[in-house]
Amino acid sequence: MTNADFNWKVGGAQGEGIDSTGEIFALTLHRMGYYVYTYRHFMSLIKGGHTNYKVRISPVQRRHRGDGLDLLVAFDQGSIDFSLPEMSPGSAIIYDSTSFEGRIPEGRNITLIPIPLTQMARDLGMVIMKNMVAIGASAALVGLPQDAFEGYLEERFGKKGDAVVETNRKVLAAGYNYALEHTDWRKPLPGLPEASKGKKRLFMHGNDAVALGAVVAGCRVVAAYPITPATEILYSVLKLLPKYGGVVLQAEDEIAACQMAIGANYAGVRAMTSTSGPGLSLMSESLGLSGASETPLVIVDVMRAGPSTGMPTKTEQADAFHAIYSAHGEIQRIVLAPSTVEDAFYDMQRAFNLADKYQVPVIVLVDLVLGLSKQTVDLEDIDFERIAIDRGKLLTTKDEVDAVVARLGHYKRYELTEDGISARALPGLEDAVHMVLSYEHDEEGNEMEERGMRVKQTRKRFNKMRSLNMDEWALRRTGPQNPDLLLVGWGSTEGQLEEAREQLTAGGLKVAHLQVGALYPLPAAAIRKEIEAAGKVLVFENNYEGQLLELIKQKVGHYDKVQASLKFDGDPFYVSEVVAMVKEVA
Amino acid sequence: MAVNLVTEYKEHAQSSTWCPGCGDFAVVAAMQKALAALELPPHQVVAVTGIGCSGKFNYYLGANGFNSLHGRSLPVAQAIKIANRDLTVIAAGGDGDGYGIGIGHFLHAVRRNVDITYVVMDNHIYGLTTGQTSPTSKKGFVTKTTPYGAAEYPIRPLELALAGGAGFVAQGFSGDPKQLAEIMKQAVQHKGFSLINVYSPCVTFNHEETYEWWRQNLVNLDQEQGYDATDRTAAFRYVYEHNGLLRGVIFREERRDYQSELPGYAAEALVRQDLSQPVKDRAELLAAFM
Repeated sequence: MTNADFNWKVGGAQGEGIDSTGEIFALTLHRMGYYVYTYRHFMSLIKGGHTNYKVRISPVQRRHRGDGLDLLVAFDQGSIDFSLPEMSPGSAIIYDSTSFEGRIPEGRNITLIPIPLTQMARDLGMVIMKNMVAIGASAALVGLPQDAFEGYLEERFGKKGDAVVETNRKVLAAGYNYALEHTDWRKPLPGLPEASKGKKRLFMHGNDAVALGAVVAGCRVVAAYPITPATEILYSVLKLLPKYGGVVLQAEDEIAACQMAIGANYAGVRAMTSTSGPGLSLMSESLGLSGASETPLVIVDVMRAGPSTGMPTKTEQADAFHAIYSAHGEIQRIVLAPSTVEDAFYDMQRAFNLADKYQVPVIVLVDLVLGLSKQTVDLEDIDFERIAIDRGKLLTTKDEVDAVVARLGHYKRYELTEDGISARALPGLEDAVHMVLSYEHDEEGNEMEERGMRVKQTRKRFNKMRSLNMDEWALRRTGPQNPDLLLVGWGSTEGQLEEAREQLTAGGLKVAHLQVGALYPLPAAAIRKEIEAAGKVLVFENNYEGQLLELIKQKVGHYDKVQASLKFDGDPFYVSEVVAMVKEVA
Repeated sequence: MAVNLVTEYKEHAQSSTWCPGCGDFAVVAAMQKALAALELPPHQVVAVTGIGCSGKFNYYLGANGFNSLHGRSLPVAQAIKIANRDLTVIAAGGDGDGYGIGIGHFLHAVRRNVDITYVVMDNHIYGLTTGQTSPTSKKGFVTKTTPYGAAEYPIRPLELALAGGAGFVAQGFSGDPKQLAEIMKQAVQHKGFSLINVYSPCVTFNHEETYEWWRQNLVNLDQEQGYDATDRTAAFRYVYEHNGLLRGVIFREERRDYQSELPGYAAEALVRQDLSQPVKDRAELLAAFM
């Protein structure tokens, strides 16, 4: 199946419009009916430094960037050097012969296609349009009709007037014709099933899905501080929230952002903050506040490579421990880990419902690749019918308060209850005047240090999550029962693990794949069953410590047959790497 | 009505742990009086505090209260107001909480201008941790952590607020609760962020700046002929020339508050919005991602 896909990439210096070029190509093919998956390589710079944008084009849905590369557009030699390891046999490189002479090592089966991209753009329009020349040339060599990008040009440049659209069209056509005349290299895109042609689907990344999921789940306040790679969440909610009276607030820092999310939740409005590792570090004290005061809180951490400032534009899955253990003292919390764009959408609803129900902080861990890789998603897979808002024990009316008062004599915010959950009254209701506090407290919300009540309140805070069972939903499994080998992953690795499973299965191995969607509480019972039924277990993670494996050891148990396969260079797994790691042990 | 409301506040209040003679008693009492005079019952008010002796303000006020972390009253308070515009939101703290650990939030709250009132009980000393130097301690002030005298210059909150563009800046004194209550009334009514810095003596750890000292050194703006509280430049100069030793309303100006600047922000409180609408708007919402 992999052979059927086509991988295209454009590379150059940052600030040259590489991202928008990639997006034009991806979006157009997406709208034609292909499933596209994009991957951005970039740095925390505005100008200079290498950047590239890869597009995997497939007739079926893909969850990762793909291993090979069929056609590369290079605006400098650095782009060629960077992507050579990915280039497939028989692939080609279009390079900008105006600015350099492309070189590849001898013996590689790659066709070099010099096209004076800059010169042609300059002659026909403006230098910046060299990207359009490249898109035209690419289109010709992969068998797209010359007018394939017509719709996009109108949409993108229509506002700037017909002349601009026309110039772009001319430049694109020049690239198209030049390529046809100057090279014999061709590699057609995979065929598109009739039913897929022009089919309406979504083109979004995990950060978009987080934003959409939050809004649909009733979130009305998003307070955040800009940070790579989470800022796109702010951009998306800004598109969606004002219509519903919602507020997107850029706070002065992550401490304020998280405290604001807590304040709004206390006042009864679903609120969240989005950040990355460095921001989550600043939110540790707020996690404690949410836990101690039993105020719902939702934090989305789009994980980048740490430690400290680390590699802001590179992916990692190393915040699991941070999310699970940070904050002093002992609190309960929930940590979710979506693997796909669709998961990210539904997990936001789950996060808000769980935060409201258990009155705890919920952290959603999204890795950078999932957060930033725009991809095709089927419309029916973002199903609003599955959205159900559950606010838990929330008193919103005077009548509800009266019922409590009739039962208890007066409203008690921290009432000791059977299930450990006390009803939260919205501030503003008569006869429910109350204190919410970070100090240890009694049922009424009086600060106190009495030993008996301290123990009761601590037990209550922990007991309230007893009813939460992650086993039922937090795992996704493929492959045969009792496998010789079980591949385990979390976050965005699902695509690679699944394709590796298919390859290994085709090679005769009995392999299953388990993707874990919640890290705390860990669906331990369900994982234990899977581990016990498998011959060998490999846990794939983008971190050094093998954090999920450590959690499994802690919550599921020690098994010699369970090992970690780790990659922590900031780059996502390739399928070939997964397969090679399997072959080392299997 | 007003008298009954004060009683109502007192009924909800928890019993105090402040030292006898603490200036903060007068601050709470003045706030109860001001809120009662404005006919705001306790359930319609939320008071948010951080940590410190001042952090007990809401326990003793008798309204709804949120006791957050050290220095973090303002972010919580602003978000509560944004979430439910029908609530009257007071943030309260001390000089350590507000001008030390929380000063970043203070300056941003000033410029953000959410419609809340911020009361700072400023006693120039850390009380709850039993007597260390504070950001507003005068240079040379001897405390447990500055045995040779504080080396730093004090924060000047009034000038900071004025420079940050605050629409309401006032200073009170616990020794004149009547004036303080009047200032608080005006501050709560002011649409936008209002700061009341209150000189509130710490009778246990600050033996230099006592009630008597303040009484002798504070200039009462209510008695200053010709003082114009609508002239920001004049206010600046006055505060500077008096080394901040003023009481009364120092500056006021009508400005559009943060919420008035928000696109789509509804007249009805956000907390009462219908959450199911986006589900009905599926086609439109998804169109943004095609």
